[in-house]
Amino acid sequence: MSETGQPILIEIEGLTKRFGTFTAVDNVSFTVSRGEVVGFLGPNGAGKSTTMRMLAGFMIPTGGTARIEGHDVQTDGVAARRALGFLPEGAPTYGEMSVTGFLRFCARIRGYRGGEVTARVVYAIGLTGLESVRLQPVETLSKGFKRRVGLAQALLHDPPVLVLDEPTDGLDPNQKHEVRELIKQMRPEKAIVISTHILEEVDAVCTRAIVIANGRVVVDATPAALSEMHPSGKLDDVFRRLTLEEAA
Amino acid sequence: MRNILIIAGRELSAYFATPVATVFIVIFLVLQGTLTFNLGNFFDRGQADLNPFFNFLPWVFLLLVPAITMRLWAEERRLGTIELLLTLPITQGQAVVGKFIAAWAFCAIALALTFPIVLTVQYLGDPDMGVIASGYVGALLIAGAFLSIGSAMSALTRNQVIAFVLGVAVCFIFAAASYPLVTDFLSRNTPVMAEIARRFAVVDRYQDFTRGIVSLRDLVFFATFIGFWLFLTTVLVDQRKAD
Repeated sequence: MSETGQPILIEIEGLTKRFGTFTAVDNVSFTVSRGEVVGFLGPNGAGKSTTMRMLAGFMIPTGGTARIEGHDVQTDGVAARRALGFLPEGAPTYGEMSVTGFLRFCARIRGYRGGEVTARVVYAIGLTGLESVRLQPVETLSKGFKRRVGLAQALLHDPPVLVLDEPTDGLDPNQKHEVRELIKQMRPEKAIVISTHILEEVDAVCTRAIVIANGRVVVDATPAALSEMHPSGKLDDVFRRLTLEEAA
Repeated sequence: MRNILIIAGRELSAYFATPVATVFIVIFLVLQGTLTFNLGNFFDRGQADLNPFFNFLPWVFLLLVPAITMRLWAEERRLGTIELLLTLPITQGQAVVGKFIAAWAFCAIALALTFPIVLTVQYLGDPDMGVIASGYVGALLIAGAFLSIGSAMSALTRNQVIAFVLGVAVCFIFAAASYPLVTDFLSRNTPVMAEIARRFAVVDRYQDFTRGIVSLRDLVFFATFIGFWLFLTTVLVDQRKAD
């Protein structure tokens, strides 16, 4: 239980990843409880995607571990991944499948059968506004639609934990707004981690911001507290100060 | 088991979603037909059996099977879909076996389409259908052996061409191991290696099947062989998935 009385759904403990002599993620620890949206910020190459990949059980950490709903992602990976909706970086999907075909595959592999499969696919398509393209092969879709197919796949099973790597990248302003509204709407029910470069997004949807630079967490604070860290009160300035200081 | 079949189903339909499946099946059938009827002297032999057909089969598979398996893992890694696949609630073993079964089912379809050759010998004479049936079982098993090698080679790299070349090379080592050229050379220089090579010679085992001999030893050999390479694939996928 966290201070707010909500259960802690994501626990990251001393997560470290080294590639040869390069340390991509250095002893990162934080927890996320239900009702929180954590914005994961940092310059390119800071270790955001690497951290998320380890949290999703895709990359094996050099040290430390992560738990989703209490299931260790290394030793109890299948149970952890069942509780997780994950949008990988770049939203990869099987291009030759139709949107419906792809989502049906995801629903079936997540254990749904018969009529439930159709119900879950209809739910996910409705949530992400994919009705108009549902029979098209994914590879023929625009970047924004592809991203939404990836999002639909992550939301399909209504998971308690959502980890989204740049969910609004490549979307137009209207679509960005829709995705943000969707995240806000889901917030009370879930623990959500999103990575982003877009600082306005932090103000718009996040309840907490974690800034990471050179693999280390430099700030873990509310967006309001974060913007007070620079006299100008602008997140841009705070971000620049935090990440450049760290690099220097 | 259900997860394995769902993955296999998706993978198999992916083969047919592109022209790859058609091209592969057509080339396989043309090659197999030409070799059997022209090089194999199918008609001049005057015997109602499928020996010419089965003798060429391992060598055609040697060339074509790595073309089926080269995309299995290399493409997933290149496109990044491996990150999607392996963050679904399945084990890596299920993904490896599912993909292998899809490739195997695809080979089985290609093999099944050689049925006109069986009809031809039946029309021309009175072949021993038992021998033909066991020959097809052997053909499926040798395809499985090559497929399991190919899947491991595909897990090694994100480049499909490298996966193909490595697949052909490694399959060739196991296919050629029983040939006099190799065994004579080895027994002259390193007799121990000759003995080992003979034990791992997949074509030798396969030839038992084409003679109508289905022995438990050969079945266990193929099961172990395939199991070993699939295990290796799982290890390679695990080690290299995020590279």
